[in-house]
Amino acid sequence: MKDEMTLAALREQINELRRLNANGEIDLSSEILLLEEKLRRLTAASYAKLADWDRVKLSRHPQRPYALDYIPEIFGNFYELHGDRIYGDDRAMIVGLAKLKQRTVMIVAQQKGRTPEEKKERFFGMSRPQGYRKALRVMKLAERFSFPVITLIDTPGAYPGIESEELNISGAIANNLQEMSQLKVPTIAIVIGEGGSGGALAIGVADRIMMLENATYSVISPEGCAAILWRDNGMISEAARALGLTASRLKELGLIDEIIPESLGGAHTDLQETAANLKEVLIRHLSYLSSLSNDELLKERYARYRFIGRYRILPKE
Amino acid sequence: MSLKDRDYFNVKLERQDDESLWLKCKACSELIFKKRVRENNNICPKCGEYFFLTARERIESLIDDKSFTDISKSIIADDPLNFIDSKPYLKRIEEAQANTELADALILGSATINGKGVIIAAMEFRFVGGSMGSVMGEQICHGMEEALRLNRPFILISSSGGARMQEGVFSLFQMAKTSAVRAKLSENKILFISIMTYPTTGGVAASIASLGDVIIAEKGALIGFAGRRVIQNTTGEELPDDFQTDAFALSHGSVDRVVSRENLRDELSKLLSFFLEAE
Ligand SMILES: [Zn+2]
Repeated sequence: MKDEMTLAALREQINELRRLNANGEIDLSSEILLLEEKLRRLTAASYAKLADWDRVKLSRHPQRPYALDYIPEIFGNFYELHGDRIYGDDRAMIVGLAKLKQRTVMIVAQQKGRTPEEKKERFFGMSRPQGYRKALRVMKLAERFSFPVITLIDTPGAYPGIESEELNISGAIANNLQEMSQLKVPTIAIVIGEGGSGGALAIGVADRIMMLENATYSVISPEGCAAILWRDNGMISEAARALGLTASRLKELGLIDEIIPESLGGAHTDLQETAANLKEVLIRHLSYLSSLSNDELLKERYARYRFIGRYRILPKE
Repeated sequence: MSLKDRDYFNVKLERQDDESLWLKCKACSELIFKKRVRENNNICPKCGEYFFLTARERIESLIDDKSFTDISKSIIADDPLNFIDSKPYLKRIEEAQANTELADALILGSATINGKGVIIAAMEFRFVGGSMGSVMGEQICHGMEEALRLNRPFILISSSGGARMQEGVFSLFQMAKTSAVRAKLSENKILFISIMTYPTTGGVAASIASLGDVIIAEKGALIGFAGRRVIQNTTGEELPDDFQTDAFALSHGSVDRVVSRENLRDELSKLLSFFLEAE
């Protein structure tokens, strides 16, 4: 993004003025205010006209907050649980109990790694069958004790490997889709970064689906789509546009419920602000969903999924 | 011939279209009279290699003669994303419709198998790779609801590369939609038999196809979530020869049985008899 250079220079300029101002020799506060206003305007304009492919890059930004950054900002007492009780503990899938306004909730979240070691340990956020099974295990646990389930989606996709196929990753994903459609507690899914295809959907069947402003959600990565449909790596940006994977497009299409604003310039510029927005949205939706009976909840969820799709009806002959 | 020697998407399709009376078997290189292949369930009479079956041929090979009634909804694809790659999506659909004489990549009907009433659906791989978009998702759900209404088993024969990219997240969410409706069959004790054929991959494998009460792999099937190339590029792993074959799926516990094409009909009939009261 070429604008990022301009914005960075402006930010530097403001910091310089602040330093001078702090010395107390001259009062620069009005100049600083002016520049800050300019920065806000330019940033907003620059991010509003981002191409979809830039938005994908933002959703994968190395400084972008991950689930484990948000969790302590939003919830109290996160208490992690481990293992699928069958095969292993997938570190790309984080699950555990937490408190949201004194209420116990179950968190199911995908976690990329920050350092090279952590990235490796967490398979770059790509969950394996044991991760999806762990997620389902604790969702059923939450159901037994009537804890709402909150999932935070952030994955390039399910991990494509020999072991994944040996452990029937297809079956693991499919099972989650079916079980989540029937889970007898309120469920909220939020795409906080990358919503990579079936690997994201496998923890994404919920009463509310929401996305952070710069998150993306797609049936296939733009790279994969360009390779298959265009057979041309030069068409990645075009593929990103064609796939309609941004939060605003998906909201327009009626596929998600709400877009959660990020701090100006993207969530990585102000974790606290973005986390506060997330928290407000979670509390608001949870309070409504908790007012429904299980029957109403499941009926609404079923209707939502039963009627997803766009097709043309042929006139009767 | 192991799967890795095959061209993933073009194998078994070469039987189509041309008017000649003869065809050359890719496996044994013999020239064979086409009619003999057709009469033999599209199995090479010389070497036993399976040729591609269209959805219609597939269903006909499994059900009682003339027992099929189409129960599909009168719907065709829309283009919610205005998707254009090398050609506009709706142009692609029109071409597929012309080629296959189908509305989309699924045939759905009621039929009998050895006198037992079933709802049966088969995917058509020639139609945009058998991909699941909004139309297929809706037809599968409609089929399951008919099975529910008529208290009949639901049989789905998959042959698909996965979700239909051109419908974006609409396609992705068909995985959730079909899985949600499938749960209603469980609740109401309606049998769902999933038959996986060449190929059952991606979003179809990772949703409805993997949710059968009983899952049968046709001999020679390709079953898997991710494509070989994706796995190799991501992991650098050397893939075993039997990777994602019917035998691989069976030995790793992903399917109940592997059945050869010529026995599929009898197997289905036998299986149904365990679940259905004698009439
Ligand atoms: Zn042959």
